[in-house]
Amino acid sequence: MSDVVNVTMKVNGTDVSHAIAPRNTLADFLRQTLELTGTHTGCEMGVCGACLVVLDGRVVHSCLTFAVQASGSTIETVEGLSERAAIADLQEAFHQRNALQCGFCTPGMLMTAHSLLSQPGVPSREDIRDALSGNYCRCTGYEAIVDAIEMVARKRHDGAAAPQNEEVGA
Amino acid sequence: MEALDAFESSGEDASYIAGGQSLVPALALRLQAPQLLIDIAHIETLRGVELQGDWLRIGALTRHCEVLADPLIRTHAPLYSDAAPHVAHPAIRNKGTIGGSISHADPASEFPAMTLALGAELEIANRDGTRRVAADDFFVDLFQTAIEPGELLVAIHVPVVRPGHRWAFHELARRRGDFALVGCGILAEFVDDAVAQIRIAFFAVGSTPIRAQQAEDILIGKRLDQATIAAAQAVAGDDLDPSEDEHVPPAMKRHLARVLLGRLLGQIARQAP
Repeated sequence: MSDVVNVTMKVNGTDVSHAIAPRNTLADFLRQTLELTGTHTGCEMGVCGACLVVLDGRVVHSCLTFAVQASGSTIETVEGLSERAAIADLQEAFHQRNALQCGFCTPGMLMTAHSLLSQPGVPSREDIRDALSGNYCRCTGYEAIVDAIEMVARKRHDGAAAPQNEEVGA
Repeated sequence: MEALDAFESSGEDASYIAGGQSLVPALALRLQAPQLLIDIAHIETLRGVELQGDWLRIGALTRHCEVLADPLIRTHAPLYSDAAPHVAHPAIRNKGTIGGSISHADPASEFPAMTLALGAELEIANRDGTRRVAADDFFVDLFQTAIEPGELLVAIHVPVVRPGHRWAFHELARRRGDFALVGCGILAEFVDDAVAQIRIAFFAVGSTPIRAQQAEDILIGKRLDQATIAAAQAVAGDDLDPSEDEHVPPAMKRHLARVLLGRLLGQIARQAP
């Protein structure tokens, strides 16, 4: 087994190519090799949701994906969504509603919210809670997070402050 | 197949990886430490959902999110569709595969139990070819199936539901996406409003998904009136073998299983023929 393998992928619109150990997770590759530290590693076993990224249009746990498996894929991290203003309204709503305290879970929360709000229709509070069931927050008690996402869902639906819509699956 | 050869040449210290949503946590926790991972995620022949006469072939690599949305599965193997929203969380469903879930055989998982309820057959590949194993013979013990080392689950073959079939699924969990405390899927065939055949598969109440055979025996040939349902509920706990659990003791699991069975049979009784 070779010590390193070459991986090539598009991350936040930029083509990257690196030789890495096959045991590296996508989360570690993004954080340590590419220094994109907005993707957080909490539990590293697919429970907390802090490491979510968009992989080929679908939100997945980067801690449960080896970087080599993602070779050839298109990845978007919270930095990418943030820099092209795709989640500006969500960020603003999280700020307004105090939907974060320590902020560790927030990148994952934003990923889930972005994915949920990319689907047609306006999600109910129950839908939002279902979608967030794979994201752990140990500070806020979730109420404010649900408030913020609900607020943006309604605003986007009413056509106010709608950013460009993404084709992102559940 | 190249993947089967890779396993052979690894000295059998290898694991196949598809979605990796159960395997990678097991690796992270050092519960498993194979020398080699064989990534099968790009094998085209393991993909796709196809109607083949009276059987629906579901490729092992079909992801949970695809199961949730697939119109053929909804029509012909609807218990999988009903169970899919309860399988973990959206991000896990985006990557986890039905074949991975079934071959992992977590006794608290939805798809293994629905495989049992639907009476599906599992197509397993080895270096000599493929073989098919009935769901009733597939789940051997805790995380153990009829798949031998080096073999690979290729597809799930489901006998399609027909007119006269009724089905129901439900699970009790503390939160959506958590592993169920108790769950159950039922597929029943009715003739003249009486139960001709029935398969009741429980999960999270033993070391494998379990059929409530005593309850099934009581129901065969009967109409689903309240007394019959109560009689089935009375024996339902006897087939189950829940393990000791600090939070949900076996007596509570058996109670919840009886409650769930009552609700699901009631639901089936009310379904229009």
